[in-house]
Amino acid sequence: MKRKYIQNLGFSGLFLCMLFTLFALGSIIFFIAVRGSQVISWEFLTQVPRSGMTQGGIAPAIVGTFYITLGAIIFALPLGLACAIYLCEYSPKGFIVNIIRMSINNLAGVPSVVFGLFGLAVFVKLLGLGVSILAGSLTLGILALPLIISSAQEALMAVPQSIREASLSLGATKWETIKRIVLPAALPGILTGIILSIGRVAGETAPILFTCAAFYMRGFPRSVFSEVMALPYHIYALMTEGVHPEQQRAIAYGCSLVLLFIVLFITAIAIFIRQRQRQQYG
Amino acid sequence: MDKNIKMKAQDISFFYGKHQALKNVSIDIYANQVTALIGPSGCGKSTFIRLFNRMNELVMHTALNGAVYLDDLDINGPAVDPVSIRRRVGMVFQKPNPFPKSIFDNISYGLKVNGIKDRDFIEARVVQSLKRAALWEEVEGRLHDSALKLSGGQQQRLCIARCLAVESEVILFDEPCASLDPISTAKIEELILELKKDYTIIIVTHNMQQAARVADYTGFFLLGELIEFGKTQEIFTAPKDKRTEAYITGRFG
Repeated sequence: MKRKYIQNLGFSGLFLCMLFTLFALGSIIFFIAVRGSQVISWEFLTQVPRSGMTQGGIAPAIVGTFYITLGAIIFALPLGLACAIYLCEYSPKGFIVNIIRMSINNLAGVPSVVFGLFGLAVFVKLLGLGVSILAGSLTLGILALPLIISSAQEALMAVPQSIREASLSLGATKWETIKRIVLPAALPGILTGIILSIGRVAGETAPILFTCAAFYMRGFPRSVFSEVMALPYHIYALMTEGVHPEQQRAIAYGCSLVLLFIVLFITAIAIFIRQRQRQQYG
Repeated sequence: MDKNIKMKAQDISFFYGKHQALKNVSIDIYANQVTALIGPSGCGKSTFIRLFNRMNELVMHTALNGAVYLDDLDINGPAVDPVSIRRRVGMVFQKPNPFPKSIFDNISYGLKVNGIKDRDFIEARVVQSLKRAALWEEVEGRLHDSALKLSGGQQQRLCIARCLAVESEVILFDEPCASLDPISTAKIEELILELKKDYTIIIVTHNMQQAARVADYTGFFLLGELIEFGKTQEIFTAPKDKRTEAYITGRFG
């Protein structure tokens, strides 16, 4: 009787914790949705800001966030994947590889503002890219690298050794085995890593602060060397600068809602792809 | 080399780090015959069979002394690509290991990596291989389903079909029935007997009855040494070594 009682108590405790987490998440979304929806309109999504940020829309910031996120992934995905493949499949196991792994994990823990400073020093100044989409994308890309590398590594290591051996025993080379067997099998896991890094990159403020973000632009960026507005920085700017704090705050909530939706949307696409992959050969 | 000898291991010693797994093993593998390697767990028989298609190279910190020949070719020779050896010496593993792909793609994989692009040819070869592996009737009409949906026994026959498709000359079976039920095991044994017309077969098995049923020649391993090798009938009815006799009569193992 007593053991059963303890078990029930345990289950109830776990259930409550789950409920609390769900409640916290739900209330954040609810709060932002209620506040944000007041300013959301077709105009808000498609127009440029007017009258000192109190009128018009946030279209340049939406487009900007899209550009720098895309840029970061284009830069980080091939590099990170190649790095993970090398570490997992080619590098001799041992002391040095362990050091490299540890460094990559540590890189993931570096505060994002440090990446921002690094981007300013290297991409903006040293390479002379200026405050630009390119510099911002590269900075965010470096931030995303450790996430992509470690999740891709995990996905690759989860592929059973037995199917690698099967492929090699049929006269496939190591590269053919990686390309045709290991990578497809690891794809769902790799996609998860990309999802996570997209969410992270789209929402980061500090790395773009010094490398690409502009508080206000009259139109859309014209090239990769333009400055750009981005949603996270726009929210920050609306809350800390300007002369109409009340109206600006409402717009900031609108921006938050849009940012939330963009991230959820990207995530949903990737989950959809992953789910379909699983159904096919799960 | 004697025409009847397809593969030959000469004075093989093999090391995992400092541990010596095989000690001066020499054996002749006769063409179109089934050779069984038996012995208790950890005796080195699985390590030994993996030398015939250079699979042990994938394991770190190992060392090999001695030579393995395929016809007259020293397969560990400096100019020999392991990939070219594995195309000639196929392998079926202990646990069925189909690729997470469709049945069709599993079988056609070996052809595709070997550079064959002709679709009609590939299709014909897939069907032919499935028929030879006695799996065709069970999978006809659902070749594009995932191979992972098949039962364990079917998966193992799929792995055999996959091996047959590339038309290797030798097939290595590393305890192919270890994870299968008796009916699936019987089907695989039947298949092995059928396949020896066209292939040279080496099979590692835990199961002495299985060796007695399928093998023409049998080698008994103990603690990294080949204790006795000869015709299966002789090994099982009149073993020369006391340890062989003790093992096959079930006194240890």
